[in-house]
Parts: sequence; C-alpha cells; structure tokens
Amino acid sequence: MSKREGDGCSRKKAETEQERNMTADQSSSSIAAAFKVFQQELDTKHDKYERLVKISRDITIESKRSIFLLNRVTNVPDVEEVLKEAAVKLDGVTQKIGLIAEELRGEDIHQFHRAFTPGIQEYVEAISFLHYIRHRSLISLEEINAKLVFMKAEKVDPKSSVEVVPADVQVLTFQVTPSDYLLGVADLTGELMRMCISSVANGDIDTPFQLSQFLRQIHDGFSYIGNTGPYEVSKKLHTLRQSLAKVEDACYALHVRGSEIPKHMLADVFSSRTALIDPEESMV
Amino acid sequence: MSVTEMFSFIQGFLSADQDVREDLRKVVQILEQAAREILTVLQSVHQLTGFKEIPSKCAKARELFCTVRTQIADLKTKFPVEQYYRFHEHWRFVLQRLTFLAAFVVYLESETLVTREEVAQILDIEVVREKGFHLDVEDYLAGVLIMASELSRLAVNSVTAGDYSRPIRISNFINELDSGFRLLNLKNDPLRKRYDGLKYDVKKIEEVVYDLSIRGLGKEHKCGEDK
Repeated sequence: MSKREGDGCSRKKAETEQERNMTADQSSSSIAAAFKVFQQELDTKHDKYERLVKISRDITIESKRSIFLLNRVTNVPDVEEVLKEAAVKLDGVTQKIGLIAEELRGEDIHQFHRAFTPGIQEYVEAISFLHYIRHRSLISLEEINAKLVFMKAEKVDPKSSVEVVPADVQVLTFQVTPSDYLLGVADLTGELMRMCISSVANGDIDTPFQLSQFLRQIHDGFSYIGNTGPYEVSKKLHTLRQSLAKVEDACYALHVRGSEIPKHMLADVFSSRTALIDPEESMV
Repeated sequence: MSVTEMFSFIQGFLSADQDVREDLRKVVQILEQAAREILTVLQSVHQLTGFKEIPSKCAKARELFCTVRTQIADLKTKFPVEQYYRFHEHWRFVLQRLTFLAAFVVYLESETLVTREEVAQILDIEVVREKGFHLDVEDYLAGVLIMASELSRLAVNSVTAGDYSRPIRISNFINELDSGFRLLNLKNDPLRKRYDGLKYDVKKIEEVVYDLSIRGLGKEHKCGEDK
C-alpha cells in the first residue's frame, strides 16, 4: 500500500520534471507532443461551445422579454406602439443570432447545435408570436430564415492591412432547422392560449374564435407529423392539446353565454371561469 | 403559406431525415460486424500460444481492414458530407471501436501509439473536417483509451505466458499515455468518463510490474527504471 502511495507522489513530481524534460527528450515525448495538439483542438472547441451557450442564453432572455411585452397587447390602447417596441427588441435578438452565425462560419452547424438550440427555439416563438399578432397567420420557416441573413462589412483594421482585404460585404446566413422551428411553434401555442384568455377578459370576443381556429390548424399539423418528428415534439404535443382544450372551452363558454348575458358583463363572467381553470364541468 | 402547407413541408423534411437514418443504421450494422471479426482475430493474442503469432494475427487484421474500408466508403455515400455531425451518433461507437482496433494492431506491431493520421489512413478517411468524412478527435481519444484497458489485460496475460519483459514495456507506454491525457482539459462528457477509467488500467499494470520486480523476474531485461 505504502508503495503505491509513494508511487503516486513521485509521479506528481515526475510530472513537473517531465515538463522540463519535454524539450530535452524529444524522442519519447512524441506522445506528449501529439496530446499538446489535441489539447489545443479540444480547448478551441469547448471555448466555442461555451461562447455559443452564452449567446443562446442572451437570446432566450431577450426573446422571453419580447413575448411578455407582446402579451400586453390585449389591454393596451395603442397596439402599434407595443408591436413596434417588440420588433425593435427582436431586431436586437436577430443581431445576436448574427453572432452565432459568425461563430459558426466554416463550422458544421450540427456539431454545436445543442449549444444554441434553446435560444433559437425561443426566438422562433417570439418572432412567430409577433407575426401572428400582425398578420394573423403562421410565419413560415423561409420567412424566419430570410430575416437571418447578415451583411457584414469587412473591417480593414491596421493590423491586417498587410494583406489586401477586399472591401466587399460578407453575407452570413443562419438556418433554423425544421425541428427547431417545430419546437418553437409548439411553444407559440402556449402564448396564443394566454392571449386568448386575456383577450376574453378584456371583452374582446372576436379574437378567441380566431385563435381557436388557428390553434386547431396547428394542432392538426402536429397530429399529421405525429411521432415521426424528434422526441421532444411528441412531448410538446400533450401540452398543445391542453392549450387547445382551454381555448376551445373558452369559445364554447362565449358562444353559450354570449347570447344570454349582456356584453358588458361577459368579461366578468368569463374571467371568473378561467380563474378556476377547470374546464367543462364548471361551465355547464 | 398556409399552416397545412407549412406542416406538410416539415413532415417531408422529417421523413427524408428518417430515411437517411434508416440507411445509416443498416450500413453501421455491417460495419460493426466487421469490427467484431477483427476483434476476434486480435483476441487470440491473449492466449498462451498467441504471443508467437502476433505478426501473423496483425497481418490478418490488416487484411480485414480492407473490407472495413469499402464499408466506410459505402457509409460516406449515404448522407451529405457537410452534415457529418447531424448523424454523428450513428457511427460514433463503431468508429471508436475501429480506432481501438487500428491502435491495437499498430501497438502490437511497433509498440508505438498510433497517430490520428495513421488511423485515418487505415480506415481511409480524413483527419480534417473540411476534407470530408473524418475522424473526430474525441473519437480518436476514446479509441486510444479502449486500447489502454486492452493493454492492461495483455500485461497480465503475457506474464502468464512467460513473457516478463512485455509488461514493463506496456507500463512505460501506458504511463506516457496517462501523462498525455493529463494535458487535456476534458469537460464532463463521455470522454472524460472513459478517461477516469485509465487510472485503473495504470494501476493494474503497475501491480504486474511490481509483482515481477520483487520476484526478480524480467530482471534480465531492462528493469529498475520504475523501481
């Protein structure tokens, strides 16, 4: 036992010695030299990964904030103002995605995909929410990707002036993968459900019906995809069903009660119902 | 674009993706079979008689790598090359096994650590990502670690077979490998987990060397450098 302890100790010493010997003893340190290269390669990769995770986190936070902002649309007199503010916020997010695109220049996007997928999903959610409020339709994957084209003028800094830097603009693109798009849209349905409930609470009785129509289309789309998609999609499908049920129940309540209760009281009735969240039974 | 159109577009993408994966699974299965065959050939070095046959076994293994090369060539045709990492998981395991086998053959032949370039050459793939189907550095390192545990087994068996000098050579080699791995800053990933097993291999071989040296076995060969 004591022998082994001694051994470990001497090895630690040997390690520092090895560092010194490394230059002297080239022949036996070919392995060490090789591992030095691996060390660099791995470190570069890990650093890039960490940077991407950081950008992704910023994107998530900013996107979430824009979603909160957009949720205020229902009870604000000047809708256009809110939308404009959200659009500005999302432009900032788009610039951040530009940073990702820059990090990924010349890399395999799938190698680092796990680092930034949460951020991208959140972005899809935010941008599609904004798009829905404006146009009452689902933003397409191409439309999102079209936003993610970045022009970057090559800076001619004094250091690199030795080489002749062409002054043309570089075009960087970022492609949202279909599965990220899908997951983002699944998250969007949750926001739409919220929007539906709160718009009812504000006495708006048109929006809920539009929303239920839209949600039903999305739900049908997801059912069509079923379990051919990635694993996370089937998980989200469950939540999607719940959101849809809530919205459909809301429309049901509006339809049944709408003809009986004076319009100005409707909001009160409904908001107390949704507070219960419990569907169907409490309605009838 | 309507919602329905959008979803059918994505559905089309997803099913195309699944078809590719299906194809890859089939090819990888064949590749795994080939890897097992090579392993069976190399396993015989652990047997008492196997030590004399090392060169012939290595030659046979090298031959078998030919079929591996054609299968990898087949694998390359199954997906767009720039999407290597999208499907990486499918062949990651088998590529690590093949790296191990290549490294083991090279060690048995020349008692040196196979370089990444050599492995790539044996498997007829690239080293740099830009050039096509390549050997990821982490997969290479994982394969080397599998070899380390194989060598600790070889050290034990070579003593049983009466070859007392081999464990000492293996010990030197593994120690060098160990200090090489210490240079790396590993994250908490599968490679790190595998690296954590290396110290047990090192320990095992040290014990073998210890047993030999207190009994004066293997003294006629170069010894006393560790003790």
